[in-house]
Amino acid sequence: MAPLSGAGSVFEVSEAENQTVPEFSTGTIRRRRRVRWWRVVVLLLSGAFFIIPLYAGIKFSLQNVQGHFSFQAYEKLPSAPGFTGALTLSLKIALVTMVVSTLLMVPTAIYVHVRLPRLRRLLDVVTVLPIVIPPIVLIIGVLGVFPLWAKSSPYLLSFMYVILSMPFVYRSLDAGLGAIDLKTLTEASRSLGGNWLTTMWRIVLPNIRPALLSATVLTLALVFGEYTMASLDLWTTIPVWIAQFQVSTDGPIQVAASMMGLIGTWILLMLVVSIDRSQSRRTRRKQGA
Amino acid sequence: MAYSSSQQTAGAGAAVSLENLVRTFGSVRALDGLSLKIEPGEFMALLGPSGCGKTTALRVLAGFELLDSGRVVVDGVDLSNVNARKRDMGMVFQSYSLFPNMNALNNVAFGLRMRKQAASQRRKKAGELLEMVGLADQAAKYPHQMSGGQQQRVALARALAIEPRVLLLDEPLSALDAMVRAELRDQIRSLQQRLAITTVFVTHDQEEVLSMADRVCVMSRGHIEQVATPAELYSRPGTAFVAQFVGISSRVPVDVANKEVVIFGQRCPIRSGDSSSVVGAADALLRPEDIAIEVDPNGKGFVTRKSFLGAMTRLVIQIGDTSVRVDVRSDAGADIDLGTHVRPSIVARDVLVAPRKEITAVDTSATPPPPTVS
Repeated sequence: MAPLSGAGSVFEVSEAENQTVPEFSTGTIRRRRRVRWWRVVVLLLSGAFFIIPLYAGIKFSLQNVQGHFSFQAYEKLPSAPGFTGALTLSLKIALVTMVVSTLLMVPTAIYVHVRLPRLRRLLDVVTVLPIVIPPIVLIIGVLGVFPLWAKSSPYLLSFMYVILSMPFVYRSLDAGLGAIDLKTLTEASRSLGGNWLTTMWRIVLPNIRPALLSATVLTLALVFGEYTMASLDLWTTIPVWIAQFQVSTDGPIQVAASMMGLIGTWILLMLVVSIDRSQSRRTRRKQGA
Repeated sequence: MAYSSSQQTAGAGAAVSLENLVRTFGSVRALDGLSLKIEPGEFMALLGPSGCGKTTALRVLAGFELLDSGRVVVDGVDLSNVNARKRDMGMVFQSYSLFPNMNALNNVAFGLRMRKQAASQRRKKAGELLEMVGLADQAAKYPHQMSGGQQQRVALARALAIEPRVLLLDEPLSALDAMVRAELRDQIRSLQQRLAITTVFVTHDQEEVLSMADRVCVMSRGHIEQVATPAELYSRPGTAFVAQFVGISSRVPVDVANKEVVIFGQRCPIRSGDSSSVVGAADALLRPEDIAIEVDPNGKGFVTRKSFLGAMTRLVIQIGDTSVRVDVRSDAGADIDLGTHVRPSIVARDVLVAPRKEITAVDTSATPPPPTVS
């Protein structure tokens, strides 16, 4: 289509308006900051609070029976009795939990934001309940009520973990949705012909991806750390396996498993974030082409 | 439907008819039997103070709000129960509504994608539309890399890409700074005239309305006060509300007898229309240009405020318990100081009057603030 006026567009744009938003980076801006001593102290103290137990755990897991440095515990871990089974079970439960939690919570959070914003406060309260009610109360109630076929499936734990992860998942999604003008974006999509599914898939989900990833990682961390429910439901997940392991003889292996779980979650988190970033870059390159 | 410049310039605007629209939110009647006809290719502005129902009317037209009763008819087809995505109405929102995960080109192409057009065709058309709004070189930019004015122009291109039957503009300029706003205002109007697309524009900014619209629909409390051209609206306001909301009016207490009033000792006929039924104690609504002043040491009025407006200077004259605003040429106004005694006179051929209680009941929340001394 030809421009509307002879020489060009009707939109003769002033220099001032056409100036794009500058992209600032830390490398281009030199800030002179006075380092305040109390900030450094707080940083060191909080760092020590997290690092000392980790350091102690890693140090212990890297010692052999004689107290010398060794990778023995990590080498023995894959062949330790029951470890592979526990890891597989935990991964399966985590996967089901993440899928169910996402399928349940994402549409709910979006619907509440778009159509029922008044319910947000109520949901804030409701989603905190799993934190307030002790897991032991929840699992005993469920085991007393649910039929045998459900209790004999490990995925009953997934059902419970969906409830347990609800506070983290909902808050993460709520924050993500709150950061975008969801109502306007969905209305813009609808006015252009997008149905709800298209709007969710092409507009909403890409714009809350960090929140979605955060919710997923939190769910994963919860599944790999929950002991009470799994133990009472008699399923040997990783935390149960660690607790059941012989502390007296194989303490370093037990701690090595804990460390592996922790480091594994971190690696997964990094992986998820880097995949997200590279995907975003690829999409932008593709769109820019 | 194929998109071509010939179609764009052929005047494909649709006729819109809003028929007795009623929409309530709890106890609030946002639309109270609103009826309005918009001609094909017309630029209609909905103007009114906050809460008057103008945005609700636009959202009803777009399909984002359901009606309690009434009909939305476009080109003879009742769209009242048609989903927003099937109405073929392009909308530009007040807040920046570009999809943050898409660049400018893909934002513009989104509606075409929803219409299942081929990728190459989409890119070509989106590129053309970006060129039309002067942003061809910004096609690869993301919303966060563009200024507010650029984003709204991309939003306009996106709304036009689907060849909408009606273009809906929901205060698209209100988030922009004054300079960009004035520029974009002229450009939108120019584009609308070139494309001859039926456009409904919601705003509370009188300047935008008076400079852009073919006709203006002034709304108050869910109903229409007056539908008229900008010039008619300003010079012949139909009601006290319109006189007060559009432009500036001073209220002067008068007594109506034999369809005449006496203002500043001068006998004036009252304007025909709603005014003509008013009898007894009333208020005359006077525009600044309806009044002339003459410096006179024995005059009953004196200047209490003075605002320089460029070519004109606005004076506030206190006459007894009443104050009126008067515009004078700035070269003449330069000699008039605060406290100067003046003699006012009416230069309008007739005056608009309204019952006193009606004026006091008018919602003046969105009227411009009084001028200050400058």
